[in-house]
Amino acid sequence: MAMLELRGITKTFGGLKALQGVDLVVNEGEIVSVIGPNGAGKTTFFNAISGFYPPDQGEVLYKGENVAGLGPDDITKRGIARTFQNVRLFPNMTVAENVMVAQHCRTRRGAWSAIFNTPSFRREEAEIRRKAEEILSFFGTRLVGYRFDQPAFVLSYANRRRLEIARAMGTGPELMLLDEPTAGMNPRETKELTGLIKRLRDEKGMTIVMIEHEMRVVRDVSDRVAVLDHGVKIAEGGYDEVSSNPDVIEAYLGRPAEESA
Amino acid sequence: MTASTATVDRPVRSAVDVDWRRVLKWGGLMGLTMAFVASIGMLEAFDRRLIINPYLSLGYLAIGWIPFAFAYATAHEEVKEGIEAPVKGLRDVVAGAAAGLVGSAGLAVFIWMISTFSLRDIFVKLSPVLVRLLTFDTSVATGVLIWVAIMVGLGALAGVMHVVTPRLRKALFSGVAWALAVSLLEAIVKDAFDEVKLRWLSSWAYNLNGGLEAIPAIVIAIIAGIVAYRYGGTIPKARRTYAGLAPERRLRLSVIGIVLVLALFIGLPLIVGGIVNELLANVGLFLLMALGLNIVVGLAGLLDLGYVAFFAVGAYGMAVLTSPFSPRFAPALDFWVALPIVILIAAIAGLMVGTPVIRMRGDYLAIVTLGFGEIVRILFLSDWLSPYLGGAQGISRVPFIDLGPWEIKGSNPKSIFYLVAVFVVLAIYISWRLQNSRIGRAWTAMREDEDVALAMGINTVTAKLLAFVTGAILASFGGAIFAAKVGTVFPNSFSLLVSIIVLVVVIVGGMGNIPGVIVGALVLIGVLGGPTQPGLLQEFQEFKLLIYGVLLIYMMLKRPEGLVPSAMRSRELHHEELTQDAWLAKEPEPAADGGTA
Repeated sequence: MAMLELRGITKTFGGLKALQGVDLVVNEGEIVSVIGPNGAGKTTFFNAISGFYPPDQGEVLYKGENVAGLGPDDITKRGIARTFQNVRLFPNMTVAENVMVAQHCRTRRGAWSAIFNTPSFRREEAEIRRKAEEILSFFGTRLVGYRFDQPAFVLSYANRRRLEIARAMGTGPELMLLDEPTAGMNPRETKELTGLIKRLRDEKGMTIVMIEHEMRVVRDVSDRVAVLDHGVKIAEGGYDEVSSNPDVIEAYLGRPAEESA
Repeated sequence: MTASTATVDRPVRSAVDVDWRRVLKWGGLMGLTMAFVASIGMLEAFDRRLIINPYLSLGYLAIGWIPFAFAYATAHEEVKEGIEAPVKGLRDVVAGAAAGLVGSAGLAVFIWMISTFSLRDIFVKLSPVLVRLLTFDTSVATGVLIWVAIMVGLGALAGVMHVVTPRLRKALFSGVAWALAVSLLEAIVKDAFDEVKLRWLSSWAYNLNGGLEAIPAIVIAIIAGIVAYRYGGTIPKARRTYAGLAPERRLRLSVIGIVLVLALFIGLPLIVGGIVNELLANVGLFLLMALGLNIVVGLAGLLDLGYVAFFAVGAYGMAVLTSPFSPRFAPALDFWVALPIVILIAAIAGLMVGTPVIRMRGDYLAIVTLGFGEIVRILFLSDWLSPYLGGAQGISRVPFIDLGPWEIKGSNPKSIFYLVAVFVVLAIYISWRLQNSRIGRAWTAMREDEDVALAMGINTVTAKLLAFVTGAILASFGGAIFAAKVGTVFPNSFSLLVSIIVLVVVIVGGMGNIPGVIVGALVLIGVLGGPTQPGLLQEFQEFKLLIYGVLLIYMMLKRPEGLVPSAMRSRELHHEELTQDAWLAKEPEPAADGGTA
C-alpha cells in the first residue's frame, strides 16, 4: 500500500511557481530520492509535505488520509518526521535532551503530574531517557556516554547531522524526510551515513524520502529517484533510468550549444 | 620587588611603562562620572547623612568611591589564557595615580565652571551649596588642590591593591565593605540589636546624630579583615570537597543545607526587626512575580512587558471578593475561599492575553504585551468599571487574613513574611518541577527554535498558553497577598514600572534559573527597593531608577547571563569559549568503520 501519495501539489510564492502539480507515490519500506538542480523546489516540496507551507492545491495522502493543511506538529504526530537542510538543532540543549524533547508528541504526562511527581510521571521520564539513549546508540559510539550531557553546539558538523536524524527518530516516525543528510560531510562520513540510511529502513522499518545532491549516495540507497526542475517533476524511475534520461541531463547541464542556437 | 620570585619569562616592566591611553580613558571617565554624580545632587542630598562621624558623609562617599574604582579599572589587565601575565608592580601604582590626576583635572574644570557661571536655570542641582561642598568651604584653588591630593592618593591606593596578594586584597576590601555596610544599614542594625537586647552595643557604635564613630568603624574593619584573611578560600575549598563527594552523600548534604536555610528563614523574622521583615515581605512579593515571569521569559522565551497585569488581576480579584467595601459586588469571602477563585480568574486572564498574541514573536510580542499591561491598568481606572472597581480610589478595607489563632495583617510584618514565604516556597517548587519535565523541555525547545519545535511535534499553541497561564497564576499569588497586606488596591500600584522592575530582577539575577531569580530579588528589591517600596538603602530612594539603569547596563556588558546564571544560559552567551574548550579537550574521533558497527 502507498505510504505517501501526493496528488498535484502546487505551491506559489507571489509570482514564483515553486511547485506545479507534482505527483509522487512512495510505498511502504521504500527509499525514494528527490533530486534536481538548485532552486528546483525540492525543499519547498518537503515543506509542503511536513506542513510548514501547506500546498495551495493538491492532496498529501498519508496512509490514505489527506494531511494537507494540517500544522507541522499534527503531521509529525501522525508519523512523518523531517530533518533540515541547514542543521537546526536546539543548540543549547544537551544531546540527550534534543532527543528527549522530540518524544513530546509520543508522551502524555502534563503539568499536574509533573508538579506532584506522580509515579506515572517518573516512569514516563525514565522511559523517555531510556529511549533517547537507545536511539543515540543507533549511531555507534559517536553520540553516547559523555556526549549525552554535552550541549549540542559543541558537536562536530557531522555529529550534528547525526543528532538531527536521531532527534527526528525520537518523534517515532514511520516516514522520514531527510533534507540533504550528507551535505558538508567528507567522503568517509558520507559513506557511513549511506549505510545508516539503509539501516533506518532495514532495522527500524522506516520509509524514507530524501533530498540529496551527492549522486553516489542516491545511486547506492535509492529504490527510486524523482527529478524536480522548476517545480515540475520531469522524471521518475530507477537511478540508471533517470540518470540517462535526456531531460534530466538537460536540466542539470543545460542544452548543448548547437541545439539551442 | 616581586621580580625575584617571578619566573624568568614573566615580563617585568618599568614604572613608567604605563598604557597612557588607558590612563586617559579611565581618568576622563572618572572626572565625567564624578561631575555627573555631583550634578544630579547626590553629594548635596547625602551630605547630612554621616557614615563615619564626623569624617565621612554619605555624600562624599557617593562621589569618593569613583576615583578608587576607576583607578582600579585602569590598572586592571585582562589575563589572557596562554599568555604569561606581567608582574604587578610600581607601574600599576603609577597608572592608578596618573588616572586619578587626569580625573582630578576633569573635576577641576567642572568645579571652576560651576563656580564661575551660573547654570542653575538649566541644572537646578548646581547650587552654591554644591560649590561649597566641592571646595571644602575654601577657595576654588585650594579645593581643587585638595581634590588632586585625594584623587591621586586614592588612585595610587587602587594601584597598590593590584600589587598586594589576592588574599590580602580580599581582606582589605571586606574590612572596608563591612565597616561601610554596618554604617549604611544603621537603622536595620539598630532595630535588630534592640530586638535581641543589645542596645548598649549599638549605642556605643553609633553616634547620636547618625553614623558610626571612628573607633567602632576601625574595630569592625579590622575584625572583618582578619576574618576574611584567615578564612579566605574556605568556601571554594568546601565547594571543591563537595564536588568530589559521592552523589548520595552530596544529596544528603544538600538536604541538610536546605533544612538549614529553611530553619534560618523561619528563625530570621524573630531576630530582625520590623523594617527587615517588611522588606523581606516585599522581596517575597516581587520574587513571586519574578518566578512567574521567569517561566514566561526565561523558560518559554516569551518576552512579556505587561506582566503587572496579572499581579493587578490577583490584587483586584482578592479585593473585590473579600472586602466588604467593594462598590457593587461584595461577597466578603474569606481569604482562603477567595484564593482559588482568584487563581481561576488569573488563569483566564492569562488565556485572554495569551490567545491573541500566540502568533507573535520577539519584539512584536513585547510591544503587544506592553499594551495589554497598560490596558488593564486603564480599565481598572476607567469610569466604565468604576461602579465595580472603584476607579481611581480603588477598593479599600481589604480584610486581614484570619488563620484561627493568628491573624495576618499588614501592621504585623512578621506574619506577612511567613505567609509570603509559604507561597514563595510553593512557587519555587512548581517552577522547579515544571522546568525539569516534559513541559519544561518543550518550553526550552520553543525558545531555542520555534519552527523546529513545531516540526518535532510540539503543539506550540498549548505550550505558550500554558506558560502564560502558569506565569499569571504565580503573579496572582503575589497580587492576592499584596491586597491583603496593604489593605487597599488602586490602579496606580500597577504601573508599567512594576513590569519593568520584575523583568530587571529576572535579567540581573539570571534568566531561566531559579536561584538566580531569588538572588536577583534579594539584591534589587531587598537592597534597592521596589518601585514604591523602600529597600535596605533607603537613602537612595530618589536615585533608585538611575541605579537600576546603571546596574542593568553594567550587567549586560559584563555578565549578561546574570548573577547566578543557569547552565544553559551561560552556554548560550559563551558559545565560542565553550566550543574552544570542547575542542581542546576533545577525544580523537573514532574511526569511521568503528562508528557504524
